[in-house]
Amino acid sequence: MTTLPMNRPLAPADNTFEDPERRAPLVLGHTTFGTVTKEICQVNEAPRPPMAWWIALGISAALAGVFTGLIGYLFATGVGVWGNQNPVMWGFPIVNFVFWVGIGHAGTLISAILFLFRQKWRTAINRFAEAMTIFAVICAGTFPGIHVGRVWLAYWLFPIPNQMEMWPQFRSPLLWDVFAVGTYFTVSLVFWYIGMIPDLATLRDRAGNRIKAIAYGFFSLGWRGSMRHWHRYERAYLLLAALATPLVLSVHSVVSFDFAVSQLPGWHTTIFPPYFVAGAIFGGFAMVVTLAVPARQLWGLKNFITMRHLENMNKIILLTGSMVGYAYAMEFFIAWYSGAMYEQFAFINRAFGQHAWAYWIMIGCNVAAPQLFWFKRFRTSIPVMFFVVNCVNVGMWFERFVIVLSLEMDFLPSSWAYFSPTWVDIWMLIGSFGLFMTLFLLFIRFLPVIAIAEVKAVMPAADPHAGHGHGADGGHGH
Amino acid sequence: MEDTGTDARKTPMSSTLTSTELRTSGATAGTPAALWGLMAEFDSPAAIMEAAKQTHGDGYRWFDCHVPFPVHGLDRAMGIRPTILPILVFLGGLTGFGAGIVLQWFTNASAFDFWALVGVRGYPFLISGKPAISGPAWIPVIFELTILLSALGAAGWMLLLNGLPRLYHPTLRHPKFARATDDRFFLVIEARDPRFTRAKTEAFMRSLSPLSIETLED
Repeated sequence: MTTLPMNRPLAPADNTFEDPERRAPLVLGHTTFGTVTKEICQVNEAPRPPMAWWIALGISAALAGVFTGLIGYLFATGVGVWGNQNPVMWGFPIVNFVFWVGIGHAGTLISAILFLFRQKWRTAINRFAEAMTIFAVICAGTFPGIHVGRVWLAYWLFPIPNQMEMWPQFRSPLLWDVFAVGTYFTVSLVFWYIGMIPDLATLRDRAGNRIKAIAYGFFSLGWRGSMRHWHRYERAYLLLAALATPLVLSVHSVVSFDFAVSQLPGWHTTIFPPYFVAGAIFGGFAMVVTLAVPARQLWGLKNFITMRHLENMNKIILLTGSMVGYAYAMEFFIAWYSGAMYEQFAFINRAFGQHAWAYWIMIGCNVAAPQLFWFKRFRTSIPVMFFVVNCVNVGMWFERFVIVLSLEMDFLPSSWAYFSPTWVDIWMLIGSFGLFMTLFLLFIRFLPVIAIAEVKAVMPAADPHAGHGHGADGGHGH
Repeated sequence: MEDTGTDARKTPMSSTLTSTELRTSGATAGTPAALWGLMAEFDSPAAIMEAAKQTHGDGYRWFDCHVPFPVHGLDRAMGIRPTILPILVFLGGLTGFGAGIVLQWFTNASAFDFWALVGVRGYPFLISGKPAISGPAWIPVIFELTILLSALGAAGWMLLLNGLPRLYHPTLRHPKFARATDDRFFLVIEARDPRFTRAKTEAFMRSLSPLSIETLED
């Protein structure tokens, strides 16, 4: 990059430059810790949230209500209210499950893997990406939970001693799923909560009224910033990151086993685990950007979730989107190369069969749209990135739809059918977004939305060797 | 592998010395508020770092730094020794690993019978002619349980070793201390430190040139 003029003057808000001689600042406009605390806490401390928050919460809560109502209807009537029908016994519920679990991957990836790689820019986005993970996994877990048919027997999923002397079958990928998703939810929740304790203590110490002081005080467990505590805390955090890293990669691998271990053309492929993981990270990051763009605008968090953060995420979206595109191509190649007639038919049918429209939506949204991010101009443009990430949100849902619909045309032509969802299917999908957004909006209002302590630690002023100065030199590291 | 400086802080004479010093420093028995320690306030990571170094160098052991974020290298300056946490986490992982094997072997591969609250008996599943002990098929569950118990161990042991949750602490009572989670850096020397005397410790703290020195009462 010799063409880059060194030491060119920068607009204060632009930290997207690529200058190997200077480290881009991760926090803009702040040189002292106090203002950082204040600016992040105002999200929770503002006497009233922005009007947009109320409107969004109203809509989301209404949709979440629809979701709950439909679950009641499903329980009362039976799974026949869905479009699941022979031969597509796995319809929207499994599509929604895989979609939401995939969304849930970005949070822990940002928290754990980027932490191990010492990507300091993660600090501004990890908290709400983790929150997003937890809420997405809640949505995901709902679908198989209500899909078991006789929900009052859902405990059969777990190895609980019972009077029937009956155990689950541990050789089944569906049971691995129970353990993988259960572990993922628990570990993500622990990781999120442990990370939040110091910030809850900050909110406790700033609490304006007694109710807040007691609530934040209770959940901050009496944290007092002791360095002896921080010492163990940092070690525990590192260990949790190291444990969560293989976990992130394993969860979607196990989810992909639900398909890959079966002997169905289009599902029975070895590429599934890595392809699912790449797709999950891809879809998860798209959802993080989808939520980050309006959130930073509404609550004035642009100094923390800077353009550089968004650009970095867009780069990851470009990378993982291209990996997903490669996997789509490789699936076709292997279908041809294997010489297996059924496999070839399944793929030709995906691209040119009765649900070809879904396939091409998937290709357009997941492979074509992110290619815009090759250009910095688009990577750093809010309207363009918002458009692209929403394409990805749609495309990733359709990816799972396309995979599941391989069931439509199985080995026996007499049982072929055209899958169509019912209104319950569609409103449950929309309703799950309502549940997700309701939880997320409540989180933004009541919990520390940015990891305050971690952001302070990546500021230049946090360097104990910098003297008493408040490093205004734009940042430097060790 | 000792856990932090807790052990180093225990000296045989600590209790007697502390009580006499406390009496001479004015906190006699009967007064409701006993002197718990002295607290010096700083405003930068560099200042607390220097203060911690000197405090540790001066021989104090019952002291702590309260900071809004982990200051890089401060733990070493304070003489905090490596924590035993990784070993406990490893043991947690080992437990999960063993539990995964035992659970799957017992439920799916053995006809082992024991009586707990209800009769519990294994059931050797025979599915598509697969062996009773299906090693490869057991790996995912073993893996997940290993991660689960290690992660719960990491979080649980961290809190336990830190003595949390603890909703009351003398430091938390001081109005200035609220900024320990915001932008201030506090050095606290406890009265139970064998070297602690109110006058000498206060003079020592003054030599660190803090913003202020506060007394903490229990």
